[in-house]
Amino acid sequence: MASSTGTFQRTISALVQDKPGVLARISGLFRRRGFNIASLAVGRSERPGMSRMTFVVEGPDTVVRHVAAQLDRLIDVVEVHDITDQNIVWRELALIKVAAPASSRGDVLELANVYRANVIDIGVESLTMEISGGRQKIDSLIELLKKFGLLEVIRTGRVATLRGTLVEGEDDGLFQADASNPTYILPIQTGETGSV
Amino acid sequence: MSKHLSGSQIVCEALLNEGVNVVFGIPGGAILPLYGVLSQYPDLRHILTRHEQGAAHAADGYARSTGKVGVAFATSGPGATNLVTGLATAMMDSVPMVAITGQVGRGAIGTDAFQEADITGATLPVTKHNYLVMRASDLGATIHEAFYIARTGRPGPVLIDIPKDVFTEMGEYDPDAPIDLPGYKVPGKADESQIDAAAELINQAERPVILAGHGVILSRSFDELKEFAEKAQIPVVTTLLGISSFPEDHVLSTGFPGMHGMAYASLAVDQADLIINFGSRFDDRIVGDPKRFSTGSKKIHVDIDPAEINKSIQVDAPIVGNIKDVFAQLIPKVKKTTHVEWLRHIEHLKAEHPSLRIPESDRLMGQHVVKALSDVTKGEAIITTGVGQHQMWAAQHYQFKNANSWLSSGGAGTMGYEVPSAIGAQVGNPDKLVWSICGDGGFQMTMMELATVVENSLPVKYAILNNNHLGMITQWQGFFYNGDYQAETYTGNPDFVKLAEAYGIKGIRVTKQDELESAIAAANAHDGPVIVDFVIEKVDDLYPMIPAGQSVQELIEDPN
Repeated sequence: MASSTGTFQRTISALVQDKPGVLARISGLFRRRGFNIASLAVGRSERPGMSRMTFVVEGPDTVVRHVAAQLDRLIDVVEVHDITDQNIVWRELALIKVAAPASSRGDVLELANVYRANVIDIGVESLTMEISGGRQKIDSLIELLKKFGLLEVIRTGRVATLRGTLVEGEDDGLFQADASNPTYILPIQTGETGSV
Repeated sequence: MSKHLSGSQIVCEALLNEGVNVVFGIPGGAILPLYGVLSQYPDLRHILTRHEQGAAHAADGYARSTGKVGVAFATSGPGATNLVTGLATAMMDSVPMVAITGQVGRGAIGTDAFQEADITGATLPVTKHNYLVMRASDLGATIHEAFYIARTGRPGPVLIDIPKDVFTEMGEYDPDAPIDLPGYKVPGKADESQIDAAAELINQAERPVILAGHGVILSRSFDELKEFAEKAQIPVVTTLLGISSFPEDHVLSTGFPGMHGMAYASLAVDQADLIINFGSRFDDRIVGDPKRFSTGSKKIHVDIDPAEINKSIQVDAPIVGNIKDVFAQLIPKVKKTTHVEWLRHIEHLKAEHPSLRIPESDRLMGQHVVKALSDVTKGEAIITTGVGQHQMWAAQHYQFKNANSWLSSGGAGTMGYEVPSAIGAQVGNPDKLVWSICGDGGFQMTMMELATVVENSLPVKYAILNNNHLGMITQWQGFFYNGDYQAETYTGNPDFVKLAEAYGIKGIRVTKQDELESAIAAANAHDGPVIVDFVIEKVDDLYPMIPAGQSVQELIEDPN
């Protein structure tokens, strides 16, 4: 998907070995190949000893199309998929602390309700809510809360996964299949494996 | 079966189990425990270099010339950082190497201890992989993994950093423990659909050209390349690092293209309707302006590294696989054919654009020296070079007959590679004639390794093309900086014959064309190292030339 600046974004999902220095290897590769990380989310995966990373990478199209292939060269990267053009569902999470004195608390809570955000902490003069969803949904809630006085906004990177069915979903994954721009995937027939 | 050994002993036993019988290195505090056990392993020959860069380049030259993994030892801190240029050189040219460095003790890591450097951090971008090993019991498996990674797939250097107290710690070593690298894939045979698509393009092509890169040499596919080219009668252009993958006296041999390649090779690539790239990464010195590179051709790219496909040039038919396997799959599917008209055209290009004409002159020129070396050695020596004009003259005028007889720093362009890489090549090939063609600039970057040559009685022959200049720099300043010459002249060069004698090496000076053959023959006949100081004319610009980022339309063949 193209942004207004003419750069392209790609979403990459990688399964990596949970070893010291893995993130340094990946960030070093991104730096020297000129890939810009727009967001990064890391956490333990369903496989013991492995972490899953979801990157959103920005740059010129010809450059960012190589991110997955370059990542796959790293020994500690077990699997990597460029899932940009696939049927994915993705989420971001934000924690938003907003001023909420008695005079405006009702309006703030109503907004949270409309956006299906959960209030997770409440104080005398402020409250904190959590919201998950697509980037635009979170952006628009933040925009609306500005007039009440934003105290703190903390956002995660994107986490994404392939859909379990072929039925296309709603707006939550910004699914954009672009047939004129096929995903760069090369079949590799593995001769030897790394495990011998 | 597991053995209980010290870390140092595990390192030595694992190296021996990997078939290593020579290592290049220099001791220092943190790696002393490893040197402390070397006397227990007499089969592990240690060659003491004078600088760690020399150890790395020697291991590289050994690896390129033998196909085995080259091994270098260095200590922590400056010892390790001195390896970096050698690792970068090997990384850029996909050379299999393992470097073992000492590190400060585990408790001192991160404290800015004496001779501490974060060498795994520093070498991340210039190694295929690296390790910091924190337990003696992990050493064996790590070393076997490192060798497996270094020599398989697209080869490359691997560094293993070992804290001083891990060398002395006792641990378990099981030489038969399985390697577990779930994230490491080694392409072998290619997907048949990719082979079929490529074969169809080859069988339809009227003006095909083979671009043979370093991958042909690294996969030792010399016979297969010859069989393929002969079967379909396709001219073979080699890249700079592909030189000596195909015999240059073969009728299909069509030189090397690009910035300082033969004009006919660049023109053949430009005029082709199909480029079949075996193991070249479409380097910018070949491609120039990617938008104007051989615009009329379809492109097949065979590479073991999927990340190279479509990196700089968009291709029509990618093949990911080991080139040796790909040849075996592809050759049966390619029709026997002749391409008579196209080959006649290539002959015409060679005649019209000779490129290698040496200007008529009484002076001694770099081209004369290389031509004489080629004639006297019958094109059968192993040649190493540095980077610059001497390298290009060597690539242009030496007619390589033997497979894998050209060792040159291509990607990194490392001046000084020529002196130590020849040491590694001679150690790996004790019965072969090794000539190192040097510039006077690069020679002085690593000439301290002459002591290593003498100490190990290596009969390396050094040819210094001495013009008291950084020749390529002079040429570029003349071309691109309006003749504003800066820092290009060497006024303090030593007398290289006296320098040779100071080391106890035979020194010969040559100043005239008619002295060339006898001097080279005398060097060949001498049973030991020789330095020949070829005092060549101040500066001869090097042609042909395609300025950086340009295309064959801007090719300057010979302005004189």
